[in-house]
Amino acid sequence: MNNFKANYKKLPPEFNIFLVLLGLALLFEILGWIFIGQSFVANKRRLIIMILQVSVIGIIAVGVTQVIIMAGIDLSGGSLVALSAIVAASLAQNSSYTKAVYPHLTDLPYIIPVLAGVACGLFAGFLSGNIIARTGIPPFIATLGMLVSARGASTWYNNGMPVSFLNDDFIALGQGVWPVVIFLSVAALFHILMRYTKYGKHTYAIGSNEEAARVAGINITRHKIIVYSIAGGLAGLAGVVTAARAMSAQAGMGMMYELDAIAAAVIGGTSLFGGRGRIAGTLFGVLILGVITSGFVFLRIDAYYQEMVKGAIIVGAVVVDQIRYKKKNTKDKDI
Amino acid sequence: MKEIDKKIILKTEGLSKHYGGVKALDNADFTLQNGEHIAIVGDNGAGKSTFIRQITGVEIPTSGKIYFDGNLVNFKTPSDAKNAGIEAVYQNLALADDLDVPSNIFLGQEETYFNLGPFSFLNAKKMYDKSIEVLSKTGIKIPDINIAMSNMSGGQRQCVAISRSAGFASKLIIMDEPTAALGVQETEQVENIIKNLKDRGIPLIMISHNLRQVFDLVDKIWVFRQGKIVGSVDASTTNSNEVVSLITGIQQKVGEEASFI
Repeated sequence: MNNFKANYKKLPPEFNIFLVLLGLALLFEILGWIFIGQSFVANKRRLIIMILQVSVIGIIAVGVTQVIIMAGIDLSGGSLVALSAIVAASLAQNSSYTKAVYPHLTDLPYIIPVLAGVACGLFAGFLSGNIIARTGIPPFIATLGMLVSARGASTWYNNGMPVSFLNDDFIALGQGVWPVVIFLSVAALFHILMRYTKYGKHTYAIGSNEEAARVAGINITRHKIIVYSIAGGLAGLAGVVTAARAMSAQAGMGMMYELDAIAAAVIGGTSLFGGRGRIAGTLFGVLILGVITSGFVFLRIDAYYQEMVKGAIIVGAVVVDQIRYKKKNTKDKDI
Repeated sequence: MKEIDKKIILKTEGLSKHYGGVKALDNADFTLQNGEHIAIVGDNGAGKSTFIRQITGVEIPTSGKIYFDGNLVNFKTPSDAKNAGIEAVYQNLALADDLDVPSNIFLGQEETYFNLGPFSFLNAKKMYDKSIEVLSKTGIKIPDINIAMSNMSGGQRQCVAISRSAGFASKLIIMDEPTAALGVQETEQVENIIKNLKDRGIPLIMISHNLRQVFDLVDKIWVFRQGKIVGSVDASTTNSNEVVSLITGIQQKVGEEASFI
């Protein structure tokens, strides 16, 4: 028994989440054979669609995870997707369309709309970060403001009209496995940054004990601005991928994506109290959301039920986190 | 810049801190010789912690001058004070509970492989080895230093906090109630670390409510009352009655023992 405990402790902390993922897949597999008469997992197309669907959420979730580890929150992700998508799309239109947003700026190399979209998110994140770090208002409020404003800005940008007729080069970014490749690269990069660099260490330290980080000489203001800017930039990248995938952009895109992203982080074991969490966990959190969505579609259950179950899972994940947190604190008092 | 005696590591002149109308620290003139260990004592709200916060850059004084290591200094942030060589161990320990021991010891001054600003890669091996080295000086036993601080006892946590200060080449160490939350055995370990600092010639300022400890460990006792420094006495020539009467401002009858020691 002790041996088992010791071995269990050696496993990465994502092991539990991985079990949940396997359990959910197994559940849908069994239900699939009972009700539909086919396999859930043994369908390559379904799995690809599933991962494609969550890639955009995943890119936002990576940014949000580091914000939550720093004991912050970012609610602006979904709106920044819309704003960045529409800005990027407006610079990616082809010249054959006569009513382009910028008739003189058509057929640009695809890197320009991509950079514009990312920069747009980065700037919004920089703005939120400055407000949070310099005025000390709760991140919840600052990013809620950004959520509303960015949605407004994306409607204002093209008078609420969708932007379409995009270049093939740009569209290619959202086709095939590209969204998945982009998501996984971002996740891998940030996994390394969070674990092996000063940036990651300071993010965990601020989330764990901001006062300790401050007296240790970490520049909290600068660090917070960087973290929120990166979260914004990743939301911008997600917007670029969304526009490329949909081959158009409109102001209503990315609605509620921020909540899915936060859910993925929390399900993946990131603590809302800050200081704990890993990008690898978020990866599994994202996959769990994907399995739930495609499992419900597979079983032909209405979308409302899906939302209800998702809500329950998010609350459940936070309850588990709370229990773990309390257990840890009472243990401290025992010693 | 006024030249002051090189033997004096820290000197304040007229140091004051007002919070609105409250004079938390009023006109404090203080000196600390190199290698000297002193204690700051006083009732709650006497201005002890406020004094510490001014000289460690956590707060900016309302008025007054601070000389450190021969120079007039003007710390704006804790890192300014740190860079000058002042290391502080705070009352609330100031540890990041979710991080492991090396991360806490090196917090804010991490060892890296090459400098890429915030994105520098951490040299975990070097930090681990150095942590083992500085912890061994304290005599504390921590079976696995790669686990989070939240799993450790009060004594282990305190020793990590002190090791962080003592481990770096510091010119002055400040401890705010280093043993307030500790058991008997752990208190002894911390006191040993302090004696070790004395042997190494590193000056120390310690805030303590424990007069027994103060008389055991330090050369000089500075007494604060209601935001003012009301006296400094040599630990070897004074007694607890004199110190207590300075703390409370009430002259005690000769022979009556202070009751709260």
